[in-house]
Amino acid sequence: MGEFKVHRVRFFNYVPSAIRCVAYNNQSNRLAVSRTDGTVEIYNLSANYFQEKFFPGHESRATEALCWAEGQRLFSAGLNGEIIEYDLQALNIKYAMDAFGGPIWSMAASPSDSQLLVGCEDGSVKLFQITPDKIQFERNFDRQKSRILSLSWHPSGTHIAAGSIDYISVFDVKSGSAVHKMIVDRQYMGVSKRKCIVWGVAFLSDGTVISVDSAGKVQFWDSATGTLVKSHLIANADVQSIAVANQEDSFVVGTAEGTVFHFQLVPVTSNSSEKQWVRTKPFQHHTHDVRTVAHSPTSLISGGTDTHLVIRPLMEKVEVKNYDAALRKITFPHRRLISCSRKRHLLLFQFAHHLELWRLGSTVATGKNGDTLPLSKNADHLLYLKTKGPENIICSCISPCGSWIAYSTASRFFLYRLNYEHDNINLKRVSKMPAFLRSALQILFSEDSTKLFVASNQGALHIVQLSGGSFKHLHAFQPQSGTVEAMCLLAVSPDGNWLAASGTSAGVHVYNVKQLKLHCTVPAYNFPVTAMAIAPNTNNLVIAHSDQQVFEYSIPDKHYTDWSRTVQKHGFHHLWLQRDTPITHISFHPKRPMHILLHDAYMFCIIDKSLPLPNDKTLLYNPFPPTNESDVQRRTAHAFKISKIYKPLLFMDLLDERTLVAVERPLDDIIAQLPPPIKKKKFGT
Amino acid sequence: MASLEEEFTLSSAVLSAGSEGLLGVEQSSKTDQFLVTDNGRTVILYKVSDQKPLGSWSVKQGQIITCPAVCNFQTGEYIVVHDNKVLRIWNNEDVNLDKVFKATLSAEVYRILSVQGTEPLVLFKEGAVRGLEALLAEPQQKIETVISDEEVIKWTKFFIVFRHPVLIFITEKHGNYFAYVQMFNSRVLSKYTLLFGQDENSVIESFTASVDRKFISLMSLSTDGCIYETLIPIRPTDPEKNQSLVRSLLFKAVVSGNTRHGVAVTVLDQDHIAVLGSPLAASKECLSVWNIKFQTLQTSKELPQGTSGQLWYYGENLFMLHGRSLTVIPYKCEVSSLASALGKLKHSQDPGTHVVPHFVNWETPQECGLGAQNSEQSRRILRRRKIEVSLQPEVPPSKQLLSTIMKDSEKHIEVELRKFLAIKQTPDFHTVIGDTVTGLLERCKAEPSFYPRNCLMQLTQTHVLSYSLCPDLMEIALQKKDVQLLQLCLQHFPDIPELVTCACLKIFLSIADDSLQETDVNMESVFDCSNSVHDEKMEEQTEILQNGFNPVEDECNKCDQELNEEPQAKTKETTSCPVIPKRAALLNAILHSAYSETFLLPHLKDIPAQHITLFLKYLYFLYLKCSENATLTLPGIHPPTLNQIMDWICLLLDANFTVVVMMPEAKRLLINLYKLVKSQISVYSELNKIEVSFRELQKLNQEKNNRGLYSIEVLELF
Repeated sequence: MGEFKVHRVRFFNYVPSAIRCVAYNNQSNRLAVSRTDGTVEIYNLSANYFQEKFFPGHESRATEALCWAEGQRLFSAGLNGEIIEYDLQALNIKYAMDAFGGPIWSMAASPSDSQLLVGCEDGSVKLFQITPDKIQFERNFDRQKSRILSLSWHPSGTHIAAGSIDYISVFDVKSGSAVHKMIVDRQYMGVSKRKCIVWGVAFLSDGTVISVDSAGKVQFWDSATGTLVKSHLIANADVQSIAVANQEDSFVVGTAEGTVFHFQLVPVTSNSSEKQWVRTKPFQHHTHDVRTVAHSPTSLISGGTDTHLVIRPLMEKVEVKNYDAALRKITFPHRRLISCSRKRHLLLFQFAHHLELWRLGSTVATGKNGDTLPLSKNADHLLYLKTKGPENIICSCISPCGSWIAYSTASRFFLYRLNYEHDNINLKRVSKMPAFLRSALQILFSEDSTKLFVASNQGALHIVQLSGGSFKHLHAFQPQSGTVEAMCLLAVSPDGNWLAASGTSAGVHVYNVKQLKLHCTVPAYNFPVTAMAIAPNTNNLVIAHSDQQVFEYSIPDKHYTDWSRTVQKHGFHHLWLQRDTPITHISFHPKRPMHILLHDAYMFCIIDKSLPLPNDKTLLYNPFPPTNESDVQRRTAHAFKISKIYKPLLFMDLLDERTLVAVERPLDDIIAQLPPPIKKKKFGT
Repeated sequence: MASLEEEFTLSSAVLSAGSEGLLGVEQSSKTDQFLVTDNGRTVILYKVSDQKPLGSWSVKQGQIITCPAVCNFQTGEYIVVHDNKVLRIWNNEDVNLDKVFKATLSAEVYRILSVQGTEPLVLFKEGAVRGLEALLAEPQQKIETVISDEEVIKWTKFFIVFRHPVLIFITEKHGNYFAYVQMFNSRVLSKYTLLFGQDENSVIESFTASVDRKFISLMSLSTDGCIYETLIPIRPTDPEKNQSLVRSLLFKAVVSGNTRHGVAVTVLDQDHIAVLGSPLAASKECLSVWNIKFQTLQTSKELPQGTSGQLWYYGENLFMLHGRSLTVIPYKCEVSSLASALGKLKHSQDPGTHVVPHFVNWETPQECGLGAQNSEQSRRILRRRKIEVSLQPEVPPSKQLLSTIMKDSEKHIEVELRKFLAIKQTPDFHTVIGDTVTGLLERCKAEPSFYPRNCLMQLTQTHVLSYSLCPDLMEIALQKKDVQLLQLCLQHFPDIPELVTCACLKIFLSIADDSLQETDVNMESVFDCSNSVHDEKMEEQTEILQNGFNPVEDECNKCDQELNEEPQAKTKETTSCPVIPKRAALLNAILHSAYSETFLLPHLKDIPAQHITLFLKYLYFLYLKCSENATLTLPGIHPPTLNQIMDWICLLLDANFTVVVMMPEAKRLLINLYKLVKSQISVYSELNKIEVSFRELQKLNQEKNNRGLYSIEVLELF
């Protein structure tokens, strides 16, 4: 089938940022996740938990609160005191508005979705009116003594609960005055702590206020009388987050020990109408602080310092016990952070604020399957390119010839020319970028490195001609009138004639680069595109979707290929469809036109189109190497050749006919770089 | 979970109950209202939720009410009988009973029965039954006699089964009980003789009955304190014939048998019954709710002022006379939920709740469900009963065995027991075995000469006994120095306390050799040491003992030399077993038994020093035998393990070191043990050194797997 030398790279020192907030939108079944570096990611829970959009972070913009309002508008607020609204179509920030109350710690949208409430460092609670295109300050509530760390609306919208340090206030929304002040006990296991921080509050429609605090307590208060009803001590450390289900029959809290507790409202006895809150299930999916939790109708969602986003379906709410009912742990972004120069064997790594360029080593030895070959030359770290400014890098790319590097932040586009003189590298920035090349969502070089394709966040696609250190803007494909949807993925054919671009929801557009016009649009599919590539010679566009379907579309003929139709008719193997990470990269073998190479985070696969497709009864993947010749015969019986040796696999590409490069990022290496977790006493330690 | 709620008193002053109690409490047409008839002249209508009387009616001075007032549910009127024959019917508006409708009947009325949905029935003392309408149409009609002379109606109940009224009444004649079932749709009266089974001389105190589709389940509380159940078929197979019914034991001794006070039982629902009476002879009277299915006490309530032994249950209320006042205790049986049990113990159990202290058999199904299987079974039981009727009611073998135990000779008991054990295990096997052992041991205690050794051994080998079930068994065996039985107990009981283990050890060590020879001890744990020694050389043995380690020169060699002075003695000591095989077998049983060090240590101190030495010698011998082969095990079927041997050596030395160290004859042994420990320590230190090297190797191996940050590998895809 194929023997490759694999450059197994583990020096991509990528550490995801810790998760700070999650916000679940019931209407669209989407989840917004903000990280400590200010990045905001949007996951589509209906589309196999695919991370379909992201907003790059910013050094000074630490988000402390995230919420959906007015349907599907997304707001965040942070310690720089600004409230930000995101444009989910163009994938940029619509506006940022200073709340003038110092750092913002909390934010909550009103049940009617028309008002936004923020809690500030100076103890003020500010009410904003959401207008169709902006937000407008309305008024302040009674100023409190210390910062407002948590806010919750009563479902009727008449009252709010605000958690502060050592107490919880209940405000009347109409008058803006505090109705009750409920003092939280500082005592912690008999010892009086310095302060008791109310990390989260939740206001239920029956008037109960649930609070979680730094003393490890979950407390139930009666807001009408301002009295403590019940207290659960659940952790030795802080309880940092709370989320209540819409039906108010269950809620979830997350602790600094990494435990998530599920509370449910259950009848005291069966058939009785009297119900009480009972702590039902503890989940320990995190090693570090659970900074935030969310409660979707069918699952508990949690995230925290250990950077994993954990989606734990509630078995009692899942109707069909299929693979969707399984626990999901999302650690790596669903986009490419690595690009490679095939010609010069270079890898470009993208980090939040810098780029690294590495040259792969080489070997002269040969070996059999599984051997590690002695290196004649080790990998070199060639370049460390730090960005200017506080903004995170959105995307980056190195040209196949290795002489161009381009990257973009939210406001600037950078292009560098690299000159290689023996072992020295000469880096030169191409200055005077045109004004329209301000920010790019995706950058791609043509195979011969003479053209640069840039997907800007305004929906336009720019083609730039590169020649010997200078550039020339050739053309811009403007988006169809009326749409501003940004293009996130680009693919160019090896002959440079075709350019395919895909947005987050609409279909894939194919442009003719020679004639500079739209050639065709691939029929829209329900699930977002996760990766695509155009095959050499045939110009077949291979598209992978988040539901793990793979399509092959013939660009010249403008229809799906026969193989693709056969696959759709036959259906994929059930284990193939049950993979939980999306395919992030597709490439082709220059000498074997029937092969498609693709990978997700846990497997690398070569699809051989000439072989029959596996049905559900055949073994999709056999981890053991074949023992004899007949075994090889039997194994090669189906089209999917899978290897799961490299994981978690962030990038895999073909360097030449017999060489692959695989970039792995072992989870242990990430954990080693996280701050130490809260030490828990274990038996015998 | 069934529970009794807080009681409340309906009235204290109004009723002139007297010592005989009330005549009756009956439902009225309105829920929550009840007719209470006292033993004299008064009928009172109570509203229970308000705890107050709504109306009160009395008959004239000189007249006496003989039958509790009931309500005619069809008309809403009340009916009462005074002076046995005079029937009065009135309603709420009437004030004076003298002025209401009156009918004088030709025969004495036992009771008027009324249930919802049908007309009231009048049961005459002679057993005849009439509908009220028919009777009132012609009050002076002739009433036939159904039951024989001297037969007295004891209890009656009226059911509606499939919309047909069914009347059951129980009569008694010279200590024999008869049940009559009258079907009103077919006008069939069937008579059954109630057989007592084995316990002939108990008197039934109280009856209650419930009905399912095919059977009336009649429960009776006897003077022996037990509740029996009799299933009476509603549709008789052959109404002409007099049939017999055997009752089966439902509960054992729920109330004390010999109380002076009255006892009463009533069915609450298909799983629960309420029993009024004192649970122990001396204690105060209690109302207790028992679960039939699980044979457990669900809840109970003490009634310190005493009761009249009468209990009525209507709706959700239990009525009884507590002291001199009519008391109502609401009864609730809520479906339990796991959440309530786990989340918060909202209805925490009463401290008084406890499990029946008898051998409960979980395997016997309780005949209480309505399922097809149950009815099937009942049918089978019925068929068996029919056979019994024709054959002469036979006592089950288990009961027979129990009665044998109490009276017969050892020989006879043994035969009976063997017979019982030969029958394939019956569902109540556990129960019977438990009862048998308890019976035997009680008799042993009572008669010092009685010691049914074979029986006890047979019972022990059934594997159903444990120490906690019959602590007396080992006590008696210890008294009798029955080492064989003790060995069996040690082998079969999982829960012997350390005190008893130690007492056994004492006996095993102290018993004379010749008396041991006579016993028949199980020898399977003892290997034949005679043949295993011959082919082994001493030199080899010491070498293996030291696990290939050559101990460095140290002070121990001195004692080694000292020992070597008597090579003959040493060889003899180490190769021959210090105890005879039978004693070895007994000691092995001790080694195998479970113990906890903390509890065993203090008792070990009580063993005399020479016995300790002997035991230590034996253990040391076992250890040497163990270390002879590579697997460190002893030959034989169920030998003591090396760990058990070492643990016991340590325990014995810990407990008695000061004593042993002073004994000259133990000196050699101690030196040997010291050497042994010394060499073991050296071996382990060597092993520790090796471990470091191994760890390095492992690290190297790991590095091989962990390829570092960058590598080029070959991948072949198939």
